[in-house]
Amino acid sequence: MPVLHEVVAVHGYVHDDDIPVIADVLNLSRADVLGVVGFYHDFRRTPPTTHRVSLCRAEACQARGAEATYAAAADRWSGSTEVEVGEVFCLGNCALGPAGMLDGSLHARLTPERLDALTEGWGR
Amino acid sequence: MSTVVWVPCDAAAVSVGADAVAEAFEAAGATVRRNGSRGMLWMEPLVEVETDHGRVGYAAVEPAEATAVLAGDLASTERCVGVVDEHPWLTRQHRVSFARVGVTEPTDIAAYREHGGLAGLQRALTLSAEEVVQEVTDSGLRGRGGAGFPAGIKWDTVRKAEADVKFVCCNADEGDSGTFADRMLIEGDPFTLIEGMAIAAVATGATEGFVYLRSEYPHAIRTLRRAIDIAYAHGVLGTSVLGSDHAFDLDVRVGAGAYICGEETSMLDSLEGKRGEVRAKPPIPALQGLFGRPTVVNNVLTLSAVPMVLADGGAAYAALGTGKSRGTQVFQLGGNVARGGIVEADFGIGLRELVEDFGGGTASGRPVKAVQVGGPLGAYLPPGKFDLPMDYEAFAEADAMVGHGGIVVFDDSMDAGAMARFAMEFCAKESCGKCTPCRVGSTRGVEVIDRIRAGTHREANLVLLEDLCATMTKGSLCAMGGLTPMPVRSALEHWPEDFGAPPGEAEAVADDIPESATSTDGGARP
Repeated sequence: MPVLHEVVAVHGYVHDDDIPVIADVLNLSRADVLGVVGFYHDFRRTPPTTHRVSLCRAEACQARGAEATYAAAADRWSGSTEVEVGEVFCLGNCALGPAGMLDGSLHARLTPERLDALTEGWGR
Repeated sequence: MSTVVWVPCDAAAVSVGADAVAEAFEAAGATVRRNGSRGMLWMEPLVEVETDHGRVGYAAVEPAEATAVLAGDLASTERCVGVVDEHPWLTRQHRVSFARVGVTEPTDIAAYREHGGLAGLQRALTLSAEEVVQEVTDSGLRGRGGAGFPAGIKWDTVRKAEADVKFVCCNADEGDSGTFADRMLIEGDPFTLIEGMAIAAVATGATEGFVYLRSEYPHAIRTLRRAIDIAYAHGVLGTSVLGSDHAFDLDVRVGAGAYICGEETSMLDSLEGKRGEVRAKPPIPALQGLFGRPTVVNNVLTLSAVPMVLADGGAAYAALGTGKSRGTQVFQLGGNVARGGIVEADFGIGLRELVEDFGGGTASGRPVKAVQVGGPLGAYLPPGKFDLPMDYEAFAEADAMVGHGGIVVFDDSMDAGAMARFAMEFCAKESCGKCTPCRVGSTRGVEVIDRIRAGTHREANLVLLEDLCATMTKGSLCAMGGLTPMPVRSALEHWPEDFGAPPGEAEAVADDIPESATSTDGGARP
């Protein structure tokens, strides 16, 4: 897994061509490597977008309106090639929800308005 | 000398602007030090200014206010919360594991020693392995990850096992919604965890350790890695733990966004570099754990309670708490709560005291409809049940669980039916897929709840749901499938009105299954 984390850190995602290389280095079958890649959410298989919005949809954030924020974000960037909206389950900021990661930095109390203010210039 | 100002570096504080606040104070000429969070999260960023009579706190400080805070302009406003150590929200607690969190700089090992750190490990090194385990057994310490298994028994099993190498693994894959104590402890006082793991190693003869930390916690990963480097440099870790002949190496492994890896056996598979699938037990990890070797697997808070147990003796820890739940528990108030954060208290404290006195009700100001205790797999409880004491056995009797001590508050806008559906949906999404009741049962569960809510053959589907819950509870390999029915059943028991129209009307309304009630993968219908 540290190898896969490194691949994602450097290239942004795990490309098909990376899998035989990793399998060879670790003396595993390609199926083994593919199985691990497919199991974990973090090992993405497609190139990352310019911006990434990850919003928490777990219970504590739902209790503070996370679903409305998520719906607004999904709607605003639907079909966008620049911004990807994803869901996560718990960022450990459960007392200040709804929580979200915007390009890797953690934010709290994300109402749709606050999200818009923080992502000004990220397109529609 | 310039004024010393403390600004938390905890991720929750940073999420509301603490980094910018720290920069502003530096620019204004103050000496800024970064502590963990005190756990009064609604006040963040809580800035503390050192004065002759103690560290005076200012709540929700904006970067533009730095000069005003330093000049004392806010001292007579309600934003000034007085000397933080004397704040009633903190003085009413009993901080043991969290004693240093928010007080010291997280990676300042000299401050750690000054505040009582390493006393437990030092004492452990003067005792035999058997005596160290006995102290932990005497303390009555139970696993804080949720299951509440006695730590002493687990450790003794590992101690007695014969092997070429043994491991200590800390489960810091804190994926449950409403729990953040592991994160705050690692970010605020990582040496406590390191010390606890070193004691576990001394007690069981383990020489290698791993902390499995989730990738969603980048701040905690950074802090813990730095703390481990410092611990090596100061001889707490390495070939000779504090000059003794015990060797202990510790490393951090980062998860990759799989909730199930918080289950101990799937965490072990993940640590081995495999898919994080649950293993059948037996063999138990204490005998055949990581790479088939005897392994202590404990939660962050379990291991972090150990230094105090060893420093003050097992009996002192056992003197706290109630019934078979000894010591303190770190409760976490989250969700729609006015005053969310960390409340460490002796077991036995009432749920009402936590939700109403500490939590102050909902953040929205509306009435509390429910609290969910113990994470996504814990029961939803209505205010009528708030007199329950926080005690493993009392909660189990009430078909609920204390779990990890996370308490999520909901106001009256909550839809219990939707939350029950979400529990099943979440299980379907995060199931490792190894056992059928969890993998398939959760998907069927979503469909059945949809049909109940749509009023389609409501009575028949309620029976089916109950049957499904029983199958999942009894037939799943691990707690994920086994406990998902808990929030579902409790929601249905306490708020049947959120599960669609009463039976009589429903049968008349629809015999046809509406579009919204069918899943895309076309499941079998009753």
